[in-house]
Amino acid sequence: MSGFSFATQLIYVLAASCFVLGLHLMNNPATARRGNQFSTAGMAIAVATTLALIAHAGVISTTGWIVMLAGALVGGGIGLYAARTVQMTAMPQLVSMFNAVGGGAAALVAIHDYIRLAAAAAGPAESITVTTLLDVIIGSVTFSGSIIAAGKLQGVITSAPVSFPGARAVNLLLAAAGLAAGGYVISTPSLAALWVVVVASLAFGVLMVMPIGGADMPVVISLLNAFTGTAVAMAGFVIGNWALIIAGALVGASGGILTKLMADAMNRSIANIIVGGFGTGDSTVAAVGGAGASVRTIAADDAAIQLAYASKVIIVPGYGLAAAQAQHEVAELADLLESRGVDVSYAIHPVAGRMPGHMNVLLAEANVPYPQLKEMDEVNPEFARTDVALVIGANDVTNPAARRPGTAISGMPILDVDQAKSIIVIKRSMGHGYAGIDNELYTDPKTSMYFADAKTALADLASAVKTLVA
Amino acid sequence: MSTALLTDLVIFVLSLWVGFEVISKVPATLHTPLMSAANSIHGIVLVGAMLIAATTNSWIGYLIAFVAAMFASANVVGGYVVTGRMLKMFRRRPAAQAPVPAAETGTVASRNGQAS
Repeated sequence: MSGFSFATQLIYVLAASCFVLGLHLMNNPATARRGNQFSTAGMAIAVATTLALIAHAGVISTTGWIVMLAGALVGGGIGLYAARTVQMTAMPQLVSMFNAVGGGAAALVAIHDYIRLAAAAAGPAESITVTTLLDVIIGSVTFSGSIIAAGKLQGVITSAPVSFPGARAVNLLLAAAGLAAGGYVISTPSLAALWVVVVASLAFGVLMVMPIGGADMPVVISLLNAFTGTAVAMAGFVIGNWALIIAGALVGASGGILTKLMADAMNRSIANIIVGGFGTGDSTVAAVGGAGASVRTIAADDAAIQLAYASKVIIVPGYGLAAAQAQHEVAELADLLESRGVDVSYAIHPVAGRMPGHMNVLLAEANVPYPQLKEMDEVNPEFARTDVALVIGANDVTNPAARRPGTAISGMPILDVDQAKSIIVIKRSMGHGYAGIDNELYTDPKTSMYFADAKTALADLASAVKTLVA
Repeated sequence: MSTALLTDLVIFVLSLWVGFEVISKVPATLHTPLMSAANSIHGIVLVGAMLIAATTNSWIGYLIAFVAAMFASANVVGGYVVTGRMLKMFRRRPAAQAPVPAAETGTVASRNGQAS
């Protein structure tokens, strides 16, 4: 190893250290922005080092420079535009698209490396083809799977689970074809067989995500994020670059942790989500005491009195709030209550949005200070001391039936909303959540239902509180 | 199995552990920015795309280099910018306390107007 390449490898490790430090600083909202800057500095160092390496080697053609710069400029421009204009409600789609292009780029790196080595006389060494193969498979699955996931989130593709008879057989067939072609590539270098692997992996990615329902999207995005990281790490093996290996492993670990957290929050195994869609109608266990019991409704004025004279209010936002884009209205109501001296906080279930932490971003955008945003474990003991729990568009995550065995959601961690002194639920109808069962919270004698769209309901509540105070 | 592959594997496994350790301390509040920051970090694959452009001399190689460089830099730039945008919104206290009441009265008037 020459002194120059020794130095560049060391600088790559420095860049990777910046990534670790950057992620470490994200353990607190106060330091997170500095963390993001550290990561970017690491990226700048890595790119500058690579430019120096390329210039030093001196084998690059003029076309090579042009292609590299043009690609970077076009991609950077697209990324910048998307990042500047995206609505916070559309963040899951954007992250999914970023997963797709990351996986795609990683797969392309491996494909090119294989083409280059196959063109050389002797054929590639065996160990290179194993990592190349893994990179191509994981990268391609991520690419097509993430595009489908983004399409489902955007509503371009139906968010309902899509499946057809024999889908599982086709999946198995694709996996078998991919593995067979992969095995063939390892024993006998063949570009044609590699393309079979690419096509089979792309098709597999599509078929993997299509049958997964909209409610499981937080898990899918996290999982695909982990895949992207792994694909990038494999690309690092292929081209022998430590920066890629370390960065890819970090992203893989991050995606893995989030996948586990999301699956736990829904009380489902990852395999279970991948194999079969949720809400496919097979959870038929009847809810106890649901059907016959009646529900109590409440008018805006009465709800306003309860809220305005409470000393502690916990707001429980669910996906219904995000769907109605009512985050600004809820923040306005909360401000109003706070100015009257009411202690207001938000209880955020891990799967409240469409991706991990989505609800927090939506509320932060509406100027809700982050110390008010409380995680499930932190907020649950507080419900017993709460005068009013205001549930907005959240369903299954508040259902006390989860504490009992024998229901579709048994064992799922829930927010202990039913322990509050009184509960107001804003909801459009008595419709079921994704689990398809009755919510026992709604028939609790302490609960009053407010049937309306979240945005209108919150605006009406806010004006009712104002009239009351004035 | 070569020494180089073994070294790479050791680095990979240790980095995974570092990742688990560091990221398990990130609060749920920041999980969305964490994911977009991860998007930006896996944009490091740009380095691989640049090396393709540097070593190839066939049209297919240039095509692959162009697409890979485009994908990866979209990750780097987009991931960084959108993470910054989100993190800027996380505040301990609302940014402008003073102008809020004025704006609120405005909304009240219009809302009451609508209601009546």
